[in-house]
Amino acid sequence: MRGDPVDCVVKTPVALQLGDMVSDSVRPGVYITDVVLPEPVNIREISFKNYYTAYLTVRVLKNEEGSEENPAKWFTCVRNYCLMSSPHTEGGSQDYFSIYRQQMMTEPDKVITVRLILRQPSSVWLNFNIEDIKIYPLTDEEPERDVPSWLATITPAEEPLDLNGLPDPDTVSSSIQHMWALTEIMQSSQTSASIGRFDVDGCYDVNLLSYT
Amino acid sequence: MDEGTEISVTIAQVVQRLRGTHLHSQLEKQAKECLHRPEIKLESLKEDVRNFLRASGWERKLQNAVYRELHILPPPAHPAASPEHTKEPLEYMRKAQACWEKRILKSLNSMCTELGVPLARKRPVAEQRHLTNKWNEMGTDEPDLSKFRPVYAPKDFLEVLISLKNPNHDCSEGLTARSHWGLIQISLNIRDIPQMREAYPELSLNRGQLGIDDHAHVPPDLFESEHLRIGKKVLSEQDSAAAQQYSRQGCPTGLRAQLWALILNATNEPEDIMHYEQLKAAVIHHDLLVDNLIYKDVKLTASNDDYYFVFEDFLYQVLLCFSRDTAVLEHFSYNSATPPKSYIQGKSGAEEFAVVYPPNGVIPFHGFSMYVAPLCFLYNEPSKLYSVFREMYVRYFFRLHSISSSPSGIVSLCLQFERLLQTHLPQLFYHLQDIGAQPLRIAFKWMVRAFSGYLSTDQLLLLWDRILGYECLEIVAVLAAAVFTFRAENLMEVTSLASAEAVLADLSTLKVIPLLQIFLFATDI
Repeated sequence: MRGDPVDCVVKTPVALQLGDMVSDSVRPGVYITDVVLPEPVNIREISFKNYYTAYLTVRVLKNEEGSEENPAKWFTCVRNYCLMSSPHTEGGSQDYFSIYRQQMMTEPDKVITVRLILRQPSSVWLNFNIEDIKIYPLTDEEPERDVPSWLATITPAEEPLDLNGLPDPDTVSSSIQHMWALTEIMQSSQTSASIGRFDVDGCYDVNLLSYT
Repeated sequence: MDEGTEISVTIAQVVQRLRGTHLHSQLEKQAKECLHRPEIKLESLKEDVRNFLRASGWERKLQNAVYRELHILPPPAHPAASPEHTKEPLEYMRKAQACWEKRILKSLNSMCTELGVPLARKRPVAEQRHLTNKWNEMGTDEPDLSKFRPVYAPKDFLEVLISLKNPNHDCSEGLTARSHWGLIQISLNIRDIPQMREAYPELSLNRGQLGIDDHAHVPPDLFESEHLRIGKKVLSEQDSAAAQQYSRQGCPTGLRAQLWALILNATNEPEDIMHYEQLKAAVIHHDLLVDNLIYKDVKLTASNDDYYFVFEDFLYQVLLCFSRDTAVLEHFSYNSATPPKSYIQGKSGAEEFAVVYPPNGVIPFHGFSMYVAPLCFLYNEPSKLYSVFREMYVRYFFRLHSISSSPSGIVSLCLQFERLLQTHLPQLFYHLQDIGAQPLRIAFKWMVRAFSGYLSTDQLLLLWDRILGYECLEIVAVLAAAVFTFRAENLMEVTSLASAEAVLADLSTLKVIPLLQIFLFATDI
């Protein structure tokens, strides 16, 4: 469906902290994790599982062509992206997230390192990080791929993200057009109707419940 | 996922779920049959068929079915998220729920070992015949149930909720501004009063309300007559969404049964009646240990209740059928609980011999029958009563006894109740805590049953109108806090848990809508 993520090396998070790490009892509120890519990648999506990070900033190191003396430059893709709407409480604390290239302020092309800056202003959590980091590359055959092509064509790349109010009418109408296509796909798949049997070959003699 | 993708995925899910339903085949049949009609022209076939389906009310039925799916389906999950994560995103909550389930299973297993009763067996033919004859008067049988005990009571469940802890939460600090005096240790996102004022605009002081503005001294032409007129219109339109909106200001007694069925899209078509008859046959064929738990529960709760004892036989019928209904299993895709499993013929571990026990996966606890009892006032046909109850259960009631972080979940309700009380009545909260009468210990039993069996029935139905209307159980926690506020003066004078409980023992005289309205809209903030 989404292609394979690129192989990458996720480095150990580095805490930003004043004073001594060991003796100070104050916990850091910022961690920085670098993800090193083996070769320049055009990023389509960064997906991860949150663990109590409230805000995420993504910066990328781009290997720009033609500039010999200073080949690599840092760009900010996303600034303080909100993962937990209320940092003191659980909402979003262990959710999965994806950041797509459409949401980024710069085109994440020819990226050699991704730097994730994690913030947690609330001191109620002992620890925070992000897990299962996966970076998906943009592939050439992207627009016309097998079944879920509607997934890719629905939102044009430059469209600004409409976060409040109703969804964009163009998006809705195009997805409704796809509904007919989907019904066709569903024709071939099995129905979800069940027949309501709970026994196995007419037998439902139960003696003990299983713990696993 | 961006919004467009999310909508497409939802559409795909709804389409798949509606395929193969009875509605789908009926729509097809209607579309085929209408081809014989003179107004259907070949050149505009698609439009004409669509117009016919709209005019004959089938489009509305489809809309209502889609509306139901949208309310039941969890929002599309992230592609990397596991099914467990969709059930409940917080790992420690999942663990706590699994641990609680294991305790219940152990207790059931040991009960059937001790008593030497199987969990399920096929009834001999004579017994089947006896039960068939007795179906409408099961209450007259007085089996010896003294050896059976409820698997758990709300009190046991509360202890589990109190012990819930987030391993990543810093509990080391002493008293600070964040300190919480209550029993719930975790911090979920709950709404404060200003946020709730925005969420419940229909309950505000300047809006008409059934439960206030239908009082005998209020002239009916101020609100009641007009509201009744609109209610009839909503019913004639047969629109679930409109009925739900309408219910926020209360349903008139005469229309409530139809309005609720419309909101829930609970139909009573021949196939629903057939489904009910199938479940009845399954009850007659198999004897389950949980049946005894159901009998015991009805005897201990509803049969002892002044309002509900007359419905004893109805309750047995509905609850026994419910336990055999495998359609209920579907709700485990969005419930943090997991249905218990067993292997028949001792073939432990062999998946082809795996069965769910009981067939619907829900083990009743002490007080479970009170979820059905108030509905008996609305529906006198068992199959209709059954389909409304099942729908209420898979939408709302399951949340009251599973450990989850859902805003309608019991954990959120407990926290909501404690926070409201601590914020708006700190003196009362401190006093009660000081004398060892933690407010949650008193209010928990009300919330677990959504107040069923505690309020007078007319008041309870007015409360449930709002649950259906706002599609959220949060209002239950608000009412619990409002009850404490109402009795605050008396509670400030008590000196023990027992006397605090005595002050709050009888809620049958309370008027819930004024309490809710005053608490939400007339409290100083």
